[in-house]
Amino acid sequence: MTVSQTYSFFLGCVMPNRFPNVEKSIREVLPRLGIHLEELEGASCCPAPGVIRSFDEPTWLALASRNLALAEKAGHDIITGCNGCYGTFKEALHIVHEHPEKLRDVQKVFKGLGLRYRAEADAKHLIEVVYDLGPDAIREKVVRPLDGLEVAVHYGCHLLKPSVLRPWKKSARPTFLDELVEATGAHSVKYKDKFQCCGAGGGVRGSNVPVSVDIAQEKIDNVLEAGADCVLNVCSFCHLQFEMSQAQLNKELGEERYRLPVVYYTQLLGLAMGLGPKELGLHKHVVSTEPVLRKVLG
Amino acid sequence: MTDAIARETIHIDDIDPEFVDALIAAGADRIRACLQCGTCSSVCPSGRRTAFRTRELIRKALLGLKGEVLSSPDLWLCTTCFTCLERCPREIKTTDAIILMRNMAVREGFMLPQHRKTSMKLIATGHAVPINDANMTKREELGLDRVPPTVHSHPDALEQVQEIMRRTGFTALIEGQGEED
Repeated sequence: MTVSQTYSFFLGCVMPNRFPNVEKSIREVLPRLGIHLEELEGASCCPAPGVIRSFDEPTWLALASRNLALAEKAGHDIITGCNGCYGTFKEALHIVHEHPEKLRDVQKVFKGLGLRYRAEADAKHLIEVVYDLGPDAIREKVVRPLDGLEVAVHYGCHLLKPSVLRPWKKSARPTFLDELVEATGAHSVKYKDKFQCCGAGGGVRGSNVPVSVDIAQEKIDNVLEAGADCVLNVCSFCHLQFEMSQAQLNKELGEERYRLPVVYYTQLLGLAMGLGPKELGLHKHVVSTEPVLRKVLG
Repeated sequence: MTDAIARETIHIDDIDPEFVDALIAAGADRIRACLQCGTCSSVCPSGRRTAFRTRELIRKALLGLKGEVLSSPDLWLCTTCFTCLERCPREIKTTDAIILMRNMAVREGFMLPQHRKTSMKLIATGHAVPINDANMTKREELGLDRVPPTVHSHPDALEQVQEIMRRTGFTALIEGQGEED
């Protein structure tokens, strides 16, 4: 039933340069689902919506358009595993589609650089492409059901909002990611303020670490209180936030109080598909994934 | 505890009547419809733990208190989670308005030193978070290319990205923000 489709794989910054283990799991798992990844050679920062867009929107729009132009030239849509990059591309496309004069501004900036841009390539989040296959198709790929694993699902903000510019049927409290998690045999647990922000975006992680970590701590505390074995995400920046904030909190507390494994969706699915922890980069985490592996592999 | 709360006076000199018009022209088109209900503040993850109040920011913007709004560090506490934008009963694009105000703040010279640093990294490498030795090693150990196939592997692509930033004025804008702390 696997129908092959090809996308230009947009890496961004945080995934290839800080969490290549997440990148590894995506490269292992997606082709096995019939989703083929072509390199987007020479891509830059998306650029980050919370910082670069906040500093100078025309620069953000021009650089985002350049990345989209590279995909357009390759003849594919972009696929990304970062909510921030996803948000940048969705919003940048919306702006040039709604305001043709802004597309002309971008084309003017590109003049003589050998870049052709017509805003024709779309951008998709990998979880959108996986959900299009459907939870049933995912279930068929499972050879090692993750029975008994309690997972706290974190969607992340830019995957869902602004909802008018997103493809999801429900604008509030969606369930698509929970369905995909449960397709692996794991259980998606209920927890307080599930849809709250991780606290990393908007340039807050970069400029005000205490506030940023405090938001993450509230979220992690809620997940721990629900008794989850791990927090699951689909965004390299949320992933960084949950990994790094726990290390920072432990350092401040002088004790290893925070040990909640942080797992990316393709890592979880890869385990259920029978791949080994090393193939999925699960041995390269900041917070050890051992408790999850013990429960899954015995 | 019988003291009256100190009276806060807004001086006419602090009001720039063109500020709201500039915000609206830049895209915050429904901002005047704000009824100060406070939904934005009540759903704000930063507002839960800091003195940042989205409602107050919007009110001050509507009053034309340009200097106070653009120079306030609170402007940089928004995580751009879009919850306020989703919940605003007047459908004001709150988050977009904050981003517009941040653009204005940077043009006025109000930029946090850490943000200038991030921008300098983008200008130098094409990545806001560039690769480092530890992660090149980690990539190799994972069986990935030591250097990712991004601008990091393509000097000509980096040159193109840098030329775009020169043309949009970003390089001059950031270099004009004064020296790092």
